[in-house]
Amino acid sequence: MPKLYTGAEIVFKCLEEEKVNHIFGYPGGAVLPIYDELKNHITIKHILVRHEQGAGHAAEGYARSSGKPGVVLVTSGPGATNVVTALTDAYMDSVPLVCISGQVPTHLIGTDAFQECDTTGITRPCTKHNWLVKDIKDLQRIMHEAFKVATTGRPGPVLVDIPKDIQFAKTKYVYLKKEKKIEIKNKNRFNQKDIDQLIELMNKASKPIFYTGGGVVNSGPKASELLRELVALTGFPITSTLQGLGSYPGNDNQFLGMLGMHGTYEANNAMHDCDLLINIGARFDDRITGKIDEFSPKSKKVHIDIDPSSINKIIKVDLAIVGDVTDVIKSTTKTLKKKNINLEKSNKQKISKWWQQIEKWRTKQSLNFINSDKIIKPQHAVQRLYELTKDQDTFITTEVGQHQMWAAQHYKFNKPNRWMTSGGLGTMGYGLPAAIGVQVANPKKLVVDVAGEASILMTMQEISTAIQYNLPIKIFILNNQYMGMVRQWQELLHEKNYSESYSEALPDFVKLAEAYGCVGIRAENPDELDEKIEEMISIDKPVIFDCHVDQAENCFPMIPSGKPHNQMLLGPKDQEENKITGKGKALV
Amino acid sequence: MPKSKSAYSAPTKQSKLETHIIVVWVDNEASVLSRVVGLFSGRGYNIESLAVAEVDQKNNLSRITIVTTGTPEVIEQIVLQLKKLVPVHKVANFKREDKNVIFKEMALLKFLGNNTKIKKVLNTCKKYNPVILDQSTKSAVIQITALRREIDNMTKKLKSLGLISVSRTGAVAMTRGAKIFN
Repeated sequence: MPKLYTGAEIVFKCLEEEKVNHIFGYPGGAVLPIYDELKNHITIKHILVRHEQGAGHAAEGYARSSGKPGVVLVTSGPGATNVVTALTDAYMDSVPLVCISGQVPTHLIGTDAFQECDTTGITRPCTKHNWLVKDIKDLQRIMHEAFKVATTGRPGPVLVDIPKDIQFAKTKYVYLKKEKKIEIKNKNRFNQKDIDQLIELMNKASKPIFYTGGGVVNSGPKASELLRELVALTGFPITSTLQGLGSYPGNDNQFLGMLGMHGTYEANNAMHDCDLLINIGARFDDRITGKIDEFSPKSKKVHIDIDPSSINKIIKVDLAIVGDVTDVIKSTTKTLKKKNINLEKSNKQKISKWWQQIEKWRTKQSLNFINSDKIIKPQHAVQRLYELTKDQDTFITTEVGQHQMWAAQHYKFNKPNRWMTSGGLGTMGYGLPAAIGVQVANPKKLVVDVAGEASILMTMQEISTAIQYNLPIKIFILNNQYMGMVRQWQELLHEKNYSESYSEALPDFVKLAEAYGCVGIRAENPDELDEKIEEMISIDKPVIFDCHVDQAENCFPMIPSGKPHNQMLLGPKDQEENKITGKGKALV
Repeated sequence: MPKSKSAYSAPTKQSKLETHIIVVWVDNEASVLSRVVGLFSGRGYNIESLAVAEVDQKNNLSRITIVTTGTPEVIEQIVLQLKKLVPVHKVANFKREDKNVIFKEMALLKFLGNNTKIKKVLNTCKKYNPVILDQSTKSAVIQITALRREIDNMTKKLKSLGLISVSRTGAVAMTRGAKIFN
């Protein structure tokens, strides 16, 4: 008779076969059998968080910085409901997560038992798929299927709900056959004809632009290499969404910066005026398009995406190429090289006028701000952080708000998987736990969470996790005592009625850091900023850096609500130059 | 026009609404119907009628027929979103006006009245294959099969002939000719 294994053992056998090294979780009654089994599997390290939401975001940070799926283990009821925000976040930003939740024993399901909730019902709209394991015989198949669904096609979160009696029940375990071909839903659906059509459009275009997104990062590091080759080969300008930052070098001359609501003037105007728009792995999010009716009105549009339902969802496109970004770019470059040997030269001549126009837009220097020698400007703080960390392989996470946009605008990324931010869902409190996950996946690397003082308080408890596991993450708080983005919208849209956006009774972050057992640093004026940032980097412990910045600073440029790309609101410098001459200059 | 105070853009012009019949082949497993229905409610799509039953016991397949209205863009999204669901095998999409597809709904109608009245009823709905399923001296249950609008009209008309209760199914669909949908 073959050996029988308990459900808990099977869970770990599957995790081992899926090459999982880290799980983020929090124990509780309904997962105790799985926690009991943990000690027998030394290759799998468990990171104990302080709140299940933290486990979810940490797993997201782990997944996004390593390219491997993040694994979460939580208990039933509150354990499962606490992880819902992180699952939704991962669903919106296409992050592969496998969440294992405990459930009350099968005979108690539906009886309102202690710590029971309809976990699969609650998580159905925020996962790619979920399973309630009702029979121990299904457990192994479901576990492997969960990993397959999470990581193939457009990645995303999945959840496996395992009742406690199933964790105790016993059955056989069959090892996976190595060469077993995995049937993949959403595989490549393009052919050479699509690629030829794309190249024909590229040849005809005189004002082309690449608009790239998180799909390039999700497709793997190879996609970023291929993208760089394609952009160099064509000579076309390129802009990126928030999630795509890093897939193309941020300091390259062909890169126009981020586009969208807080994107650069040149990127948004180029999107508006172009005659060929090539979307690679982005999804025409509403923060990108602005007013749909006036979005890039004169362009032919190409959309390359692995998810067919992304195509024509918001913007009707002329050519859709459904496939993995890596494969599509590879075919495109190959065909380009075969057809047009002198493409680089001929193209650059053809689009030189386009580049002249772009250079004109660039002279606006839309990311500029009026610096001060008395008070730290938040943009200045991010710029200094960039300058002092750019020579090492640095990973940046963020919370959500103004600081997130300033980080995206002023920190230049050169590699994919170095930038982890909550874009789709916009989850305040994402950055700290995400940084923990990033640090777990990348020990010895510098991991900085660019944070706001309001966001950080939402998941502050996870600093305790960082200390427990000696994860030297750096929390760089741009502290303006306001929910800055809320305040900015209230200023611009609600007649400066700053309703509930000021944080009174903030903690002393330096003392707070000390209370947790890490290091607190405070910077209050521009003169001490560099020195203190360097001190932060040099400390091999978690650091909370409380950077006091200008409270009134707004994040510009900005596309106001309901406006197209070419009607941007620029910063105070530009507004003053346009409105008030002389007097405005005196203020600079 | 007052200045928009929203950080979201205003809705844009919508194209014309169309009625479509969407047929979905799914694994007959727990919660599959709620995945399909949840997709519709979660994304704000519309369900006019729904019919679902297992059609293949051996392969454990169910066939869901959904009547929905939406702009052509929304209909396209519905089909693509449905195809992404893990238990969904295939999805077919027909316009209601499509002449190559047969749509039928069934209704059970209960009447109070004597024999002559019931005969009148049968005569009124003779176009819709009436079948008497139950009859007593005072009542009858009659089954008819027809299109949605036809049943709507019939139930209005038959009120005066003693109709007291109506039970209806959603529409089911089948293509004409020898071909099947793959």
